[in-house]
Amino acid sequence: MSNYKYVIIGNSAAAVGCVEGIRRIDETGSILIISDEQHHTYGRPLISYLLLGKTDLQRMKYRPDDWYTVNNVDTKLGVRATAIDAAAHTVTLDGGEVIGYEKLLAATGSNPFVPPMGGLDTVPHKFTFQTLDSAIALGEAITPESRVLIIGAGLIGLKCAEGIIDRVQSITFIDMADRVLPSILDAEASAIIKTRCEEVGIRFHLGDSVKEFIGRHAVTNQGLELDFDIAVLAVGVRPNIALVKDAGGDCGRAITVDERSATSLPDVYAAGDCTETRNAVTGDTMVMAILPNAYLQGETAGINMAGVPYTFTKAIPCNAIGFFGKHILSGGAYVGETHFENDGNSYRKLFYSDDHLNGFILIGDKHPPEGETPAFDRAGIYTNMIRERTSLATVDFDAIARHPGLAAFAPSVRAEYLGGER
Amino acid sequence: MKRVYVDEKWCLGCHLCEYYCAFATTGEKDMARALQGKTIHPRIHIEDAPNDVTFAVSCRHCVEPLCVKGCISGALSKTDGVVSVDKTKCIGCYTCVLSCPYGCIVPTEDGVIDKCELCVATTEGTPRCVAGCPNQAIVFEER
Repeated sequence: MSNYKYVIIGNSAAAVGCVEGIRRIDETGSILIISDEQHHTYGRPLISYLLLGKTDLQRMKYRPDDWYTVNNVDTKLGVRATAIDAAAHTVTLDGGEVIGYEKLLAATGSNPFVPPMGGLDTVPHKFTFQTLDSAIALGEAITPESRVLIIGAGLIGLKCAEGIIDRVQSITFIDMADRVLPSILDAEASAIIKTRCEEVGIRFHLGDSVKEFIGRHAVTNQGLELDFDIAVLAVGVRPNIALVKDAGGDCGRAITVDERSATSLPDVYAAGDCTETRNAVTGDTMVMAILPNAYLQGETAGINMAGVPYTFTKAIPCNAIGFFGKHILSGGAYVGETHFENDGNSYRKLFYSDDHLNGFILIGDKHPPEGETPAFDRAGIYTNMIRERTSLATVDFDAIARHPGLAAFAPSVRAEYLGGER
Repeated sequence: MKRVYVDEKWCLGCHLCEYYCAFATTGEKDMARALQGKTIHPRIHIEDAPNDVTFAVSCRHCVEPLCVKGCISGALSKTDGVVSVDKTKCIGCYTCVLSCPYGCIVPTEDGVIDKCELCVATTEGTPRCVAGCPNQAIVFEER
């Protein structure tokens, strides 16, 4: 049996954050990364840009080619971990190999959730859109004649559509929800994105679902019948919790972790899309499947695994994403009173209550006309106000609501932000 | 490590630092010729605060850089204390714009991002905004 000081299951943002966290403290302890994906670590959200041609397999690598060597990390890629024995401190791999660890990170991510749909097994060409391999497979299957049906008008489905639109004949969405991107936008903002997608030729059938597939033919519950060549299943994802749950670790919808990214099992940590986290605005525990939080949770786990207490408490949902030239930067929780400006090109909505900024949705043209400021300019100042729960009594809210700037803060705050090492 | 700091007391709000910043990466010798008639996209910005206070803001090169940690493509990294961007890897999602607490990451006309890199690639020693500030309100020093 081989033994490592640190074993990490997963090879994406949380795993990379963990390695970089460990190496801040422990420069020599042995590290093994296990992943069922064969690839060098890559930016998972970049798979749509790969199909779009805005990146390639080399440029989309999340870390440089020599990253594993420089950080002295061993890898077992293309191998699935099948069991954790928390008492014995071992991981079992597909094929039976057993590996010992002192500290373990489960960064197992999530998998596409495919709901039961009648006749799905009769569909000849169906894909999910979650991994590099799934994107490559879809890219190889589409032709300029392809009529693509995408089930699910969320982030994954819409980003997939943007990636392939110039390479297929048509794209049609079906979604149970009555609007697009309900997880990150309010109804008005959803309408802006839907309209933009329709302008480039995408069709939507919302508030509907597939009743039955018959080969390349779909019948919906609203009575719609449509023919297609390729189906993309983008209904949602499920956190991969089985390894930790089967080992006896506490799980809700996802793996339960504390502020140190520790699970309920001794010496077992978890980070990223497989975990649920406390939303710093609402206090609710939720799955916050976004890359920045995955990295920060993984880094937190790594520092703790290397023996130094460290906490990450400021997790909030936030997204930066664009569709067909409309760009969205959003964050926090959409609760409370609103400050709202919408001139048709620039949509800016802030949510605030009890002396705090709670959330924001900013949508504007990615390339605004010469001389105009993008709707999302300097949005990180809002993100920071939400994370830090900045008292609105200490800022000029009218000024900062119109445009984020440090001028709206008290001189003492500014001196702290700009005057020394941060 | 040395960083760019501005003293609000001495900043005149003349915006010259913005022009020196934009000029720094043009590769030209003459600033007027390089920038005349062009919209500039500097990586340092003058803000106007109440009571006639003005100050310049540029990347803090944070000890814990949220832009680097949140970057989805691995385009942002920190080496020898300097946070820099590999524009060939950037896909312009602007997660870093969403992450930076100081509002110091700027979108470019090419749809990727740009930021202050302390003129490491363009000059020896002192960043251009610092060297060009007529009132020495912007300094490059260890704190």
